Amino acid sequence: MRLGSTFKIAFRALRRNKLRSALTALGIIIGVGAVIAMVGIGSGAKAQVEAQIASLGQNVILVFSGSTTSSGIRTGWGGAGTLKIEDAEAIRREVPGVSAVSEEVPSSVQVAAGNQNWFTRVLGESADYFDIRQWPLASGSPFTPQDVRSANKVCVIGKTTASQIFGNGDPIGQTLRIKNVPFTVTGVLTPKGLSAQGLDQDDVVIMPYTSAMKRVAGGTTLRNVNVQVANASDLEPAQQQIISLLRQRHNIRPGRDDDFTVRNQQEIAQAATATTEVMTGLLGAIAGVSLVVGGIGIMNIMLVSVTERTREIGTRMAVGAHGRDILTQFLIEAVSLSAVGGLLGIILGIAASKLLSVWKNWPSLISPSSIVVAFLVSAAVGIFFGFYPARTASRLDPIDALRYE
Amino acid sequence: MVVNGKDAAVVQLIEVHKTYRTGEMEVHAVRGVSLEIHRGEFVALMGASGSGKSTLMNILGCLDRPTSGQYLLDRSDVSHLTRDQLADIRNSKIGFVFQNFNLLPRTSARENVELPLLYGKHQLSNQQLRERADRVLASVGLQGREDHHPSQLSGGQQQRVAIARALINDPEVLLADEPTGNLDSRTSVEIMGIFQELNKRGITIIMVTHESDIAAFARRDVAMRDGLVRSDRPVSQRLIASDEIGKRADVDELPQPEN
Repeated sequence: MRLGSTFKIAFRALRRNKLRSALTALGIIIGVGAVIAMVGIGSGAKAQVEAQIASLGQNVILVFSGSTTSSGIRTGWGGAGTLKIEDAEAIRREVPGVSAVSEEVPSSVQVAAGNQNWFTRVLGESADYFDIRQWPLASGSPFTPQDVRSANKVCVIGKTTASQIFGNGDPIGQTLRIKNVPFTVTGVLTPKGLSAQGLDQDDVVIMPYTSAMKRVAGGTTLRNVNVQVANASDLEPAQQQIISLLRQRHNIRPGRDDDFTVRNQQEIAQAATATTEVMTGLLGAIAGVSLVVGGIGIMNIMLVSVTERTREIGTRMAVGAHGRDILTQFLIEAVSLSAVGGLLGIILGIAASKLLSVWKNWPSLISPSSIVVAFLVSAAVGIFFGFYPARTASRLDPIDALRYE
Repeated sequence: MVVNGKDAAVVQLIEVHKTYRTGEMEVHAVRGVSLEIHRGEFVALMGASGSGKSTLMNILGCLDRPTSGQYLLDRSDVSHLTRDQLADIRNSKIGFVFQNFNLLPRTSARENVELPLLYGKHQLSNQQLRERADRVLASVGLQGREDHHPSQLSGGQQQRVAIARALINDPEVLLADEPTGNLDSRTSVEIMGIFQELNKRGITIIMVTHESDIAAFARRDVAMRDGLVRSDRPVSQRLIASDEIGKRADVDELPQPEN
């Protein structure tokens, strides 16, 4: 019954001190705005990394060939050529849960068509590769398992390669000379953008791995094998199965190191997102500090306000205000300041992160939950930091308060 | 003890004591005051500082409770009520007028007057608040100044706003604590004029003052000393504000009334 009046009283009091109210709210506006913007930018970065990781494909296990040392120079993973076509076949045949396998033979070569040429990455893969990477074609058709078996001179090209070689023309059915071997372009891939490492994934030519071995890279070994399992729960067991299968096939005795490396996509994703998560946490924490400072600002002003308004409080009590009315009034004042500050802060935070993503090209992702949390936190800050001054005010003795100078 | 009808005592103090403890010292501020004030009286409570009149005023105003004795306000005992119950009594039965006005700064006269209504039992609409406040402001001669802030009003006008605030809930008693202490003598007489006008309309007024020329506007003079009532008598040579106002325009100081 009296709460309505108390709201009226509190709002009148806030209106009386417009500048002070605005300055107090400013602390919260900046605090909440900073939290929203920082967390938005942090989770934007995280989402970007996650999207890049996801572009590797779902439930993928990467099996790399081991490294080798020649004249003291180590080649890095995949250099030793320890993985053979038969190993990939064995994985396809023997490891349960495996749904797709693609043998990968990469090389970087000059490709040409007509009077244009371009240095690009040539990937030999199996026909499953497009499913594993979830990489559909924009036009044309992919090569088939039959093309792989026959090592046909066909290829699929990425968006960047297509525009560099063929300009605006239609590449489908055109001939692409790779190491002076003519390949027929059967399809163009949809653009995938930059990889997590900043590599242009669309700057690529993909052909049957058999063709790549025979006509481009030479040799009979695979740098790596992309394995996809049907369910995420199959990842771990499949990984173990692959390790023991390959150790057995490569005759590696117990206690000796593997001559290959198996990593699954979750591990790669975790490593990549860990950094951005730490970033988001740090940014959020720093912004959180400013929110707490804003809260202390509210407490500070409310305490000053209680002292300055002691006579007013005495007057209110003299004309019939209960201690509870005074407590509620000051709490409402504090919470209104922090809630209004929170709302404005949310708007400021969204605006700031949008501006940053436009100016600096930083991605930002503002989730509804972070808005709700920021608002509730700012209201809670008001209650928490407003309670002590409000209680101080409500416990004043009306006689002393009236005489206060 | 309880008298019905027109002559019923609005205020009845029975052997009221008040003792303060400040550190080791015990201050016996009021030492057994019995007093009866009837409806329609205009009482001046006189006394030097330290006489206990302020303490008695706090008790009369339900800001404080007596240590012992009884206080019947409007025939109900208020000596042992809780803080919140006393607040409700102050809201509905007592109107306060203070020496330093105690208006809320940067707040319009109207909103100042509305204040007790906001703490009242009934929640009124903005329209009702406004109407009641404007009516009371008009009755103290402040028509047209409803939107003025205290800083835009003279001392006398501020005190009128405070009187309007005290009257808004139709109190049983109007308690004035040195109401003219911060005013020049001409304005003081104006305020006394308002008090006499209100008193004529039947409002009970108790006014604490240490100025005998202000007390002379009342009908009854209660003098305190050392926590006791030393004298209690009708004002013999009562001043009428409307007569005095002309004289004070020229002469700032009024000769002390003989009594």
